[in-house]
Amino acid sequence: MSVKKFVVGNFYDEAVLFPAVKKVRRAGYKIHDVYTPFPIHGLDKVMGLRDTSLHTAGFIYGITGTTTAVSFITWALTIDWQINFGGKPFFSLPAWIPITFELTVLFAAVGMVLTFCWLCQLAPFVKKDHFNPRSTDDTFVMALECTDKTNEAEVIAFLNSVGAKDVSVEHRETGWWLGRYDQDTVKYGKKTEAAA
Amino acid sequence: MGLLRYESQARPPLVDGTKDYHQVTEDICRPVEAKPSKLWWVGFLISVALLIFGIISVTMEVIYGTGQWNLGKTIGWGWDITNFVWWVGIGHAGTLISAILLLFRQGWRTGVNRAAEAMTIFAVMCAGQFPIWHMGRVWDAFFVLPYPNTRGPLWVNFNSPLLWDVFAISTYFTVSLLFWYSGLLPDLATLRDRAKEKWRKYFYGVAAFGWTGSTKHWQRHEALSLVLAGLSTPLVLSVHTIVSFDFATSVVPGWHTTIFPPYFVAGAIFSGFAMVQTLLLITRKVLGLEDYITVEHIEVMNKVIVLTGSIVGIAYLTELFMAWYSHVDYEWFAFKENRLSLSSPYGWSYWLMMGCNVLSPQIFWFRKMRRNLLLTFFMSILVNIGMWFERFVIIVTSVYRDYLPSSWSTYYTPTIWEVGFYMGTFGLFFTCYFLFSKFFPVIAIAEIKHILKKNGESYKEHMTEEEGETTEAFGEKHGGEHH
Repeated sequence: MSVKKFVVGNFYDEAVLFPAVKKVRRAGYKIHDVYTPFPIHGLDKVMGLRDTSLHTAGFIYGITGTTTAVSFITWALTIDWQINFGGKPFFSLPAWIPITFELTVLFAAVGMVLTFCWLCQLAPFVKKDHFNPRSTDDTFVMALECTDKTNEAEVIAFLNSVGAKDVSVEHRETGWWLGRYDQDTVKYGKKTEAAA
Repeated sequence: MGLLRYESQARPPLVDGTKDYHQVTEDICRPVEAKPSKLWWVGFLISVALLIFGIISVTMEVIYGTGQWNLGKTIGWGWDITNFVWWVGIGHAGTLISAILLLFRQGWRTGVNRAAEAMTIFAVMCAGQFPIWHMGRVWDAFFVLPYPNTRGPLWVNFNSPLLWDVFAISTYFTVSLLFWYSGLLPDLATLRDRAKEKWRKYFYGVAAFGWTGSTKHWQRHEALSLVLAGLSTPLVLSVHTIVSFDFATSVVPGWHTTIFPPYFVAGAIFSGFAMVQTLLLITRKVLGLEDYITVEHIEVMNKVIVLTGSIVGIAYLTELFMAWYSHVDYEWFAFKENRLSLSSPYGWSYWLMMGCNVLSPQIFWFRKMRRNLLLTFFMSILVNIGMWFERFVIIVTSVYRDYLPSSWSTYYTPTIWEVGFYMGTFGLFFTCYFLFSKFFPVIAIAEIKHILKKNGESYKEHMTEEEGETTEAFGEKHGGEHH
């Protein structure tokens, strides 16, 4: 990723944010992202984001767990080492339901959390730019990406007109890098660009 | 959508006082950012002392073997397994609050879910200690895992409830931890972005995984929470069901009962809610969070306590009736002579259990009692004593008199090291809880903000006029939210 130029507007009420997002999109501006302190239901739809496929991934992980459990126990108890437990059949499926269920849940949960972290690029020591530290407190921050052709003054004026406060132009890194939040580090090899 | 965001005036607010989003952040982060109080230090040091006592007790057991405990013929499971079941049960309320109530869309869970989930994790950590150290040769503990070994490979017995327990408890711990921590990420980011000291920026920076609050991330986060809740709901029911199988699949009188799974699950939720009450009544007071953990929350949880306590009561009476109705001599003997009879060695523990679990919670049929904080605190302790004795009654009164009268036990009392081990888990539990309440937000900040405009006191005031409006007028005013 790289450092890019953004016009950033702040909102203090989600009732203002919703119509603003609609107007900005209708006017043809491309929203880079909206940062919010808590999940706002419907905002993803208004922004035109597609639904997440995380559920599907979870289902696939789940049935992987089911298959792993059933096939492994079947192999261990009926093929690899048959043990006679009180004359019961070697293939005693009902007794395996608890472990099969637990492994289904375990695989689905662990798999989904790892996928979530991968998709959102979240991990310890990952650092990202997010424009306004108040966006994890009480501010809804909308960032519009600028291109060479963007007339910044026009975008700022438009954002002001839809209710944004403290609109500013910022240079920010769009991706993530390894870094610590107690140090002002930028992504490796991008130091000169960030200073520009 | 717009209309659904507003709630009836008839429901009392879940967040008291006039607060905006920033105030919520301030209130919940304050205890984390302030220096710990004297009270915190006192509590913390007592917990650490108990933990050290526990470590010494376990060390004694490891060096000299399980002979350090008063187990023997016929009591192979004494205090240790009693404590195991007790701690696992306590954990269940946290998952119920965080997962089942999420699926049922219960707004009040937001005030208490974070602390309850933490309680779950710490309780399961404590529970896990007992079966592990009970093994005696703890260095062979990994034998319970199905790993390729040089003994054949000889696999573990997948048909055994004790092995199901290994999978159930470890899955339960892992999933609870993931659910809890993924929910913490946004709040840790809040703490990170507010941090002034260098170490805080570093610590919360690492802990928050680089969370930004991007809309796409929130969308995935919501999906993740919902699916994890959907997974945890059957999981939590399965865990105590499997724990009850440890007993129910055996042929010991008093254990061989088909009602054990629902009976154990209800009992687990019952004791768990009692522990949540104990913790939250202290937490809200000490951290000054009365506006977020309100009397409403306490009252609702007391309703759950009276419900689950009554279910447990019905289960006690059912198994008693079935013991008589079955005409199985051994079963009826276990109940009549070992439990009901006050002149039998452990008769007192059965009636203590009945009193604490079945009779005393009935006081919560009265609204005034449900809203009495001092009484709630007292009751929460009483219920936890009662639920400990439930497990003690099930285990000890069933096994101390075997089928063979010649092998009947003498009166079983724990040694100092058995008691010390139990006290040690209290130390572990509270040490973890004190650290949690100091370094993590005990209330889910983002979730409170999410319900603030629906359930906050200052917003509820305006709802009467909203309710009087026509749908058209309402839509006009809140047009932005229709999509």
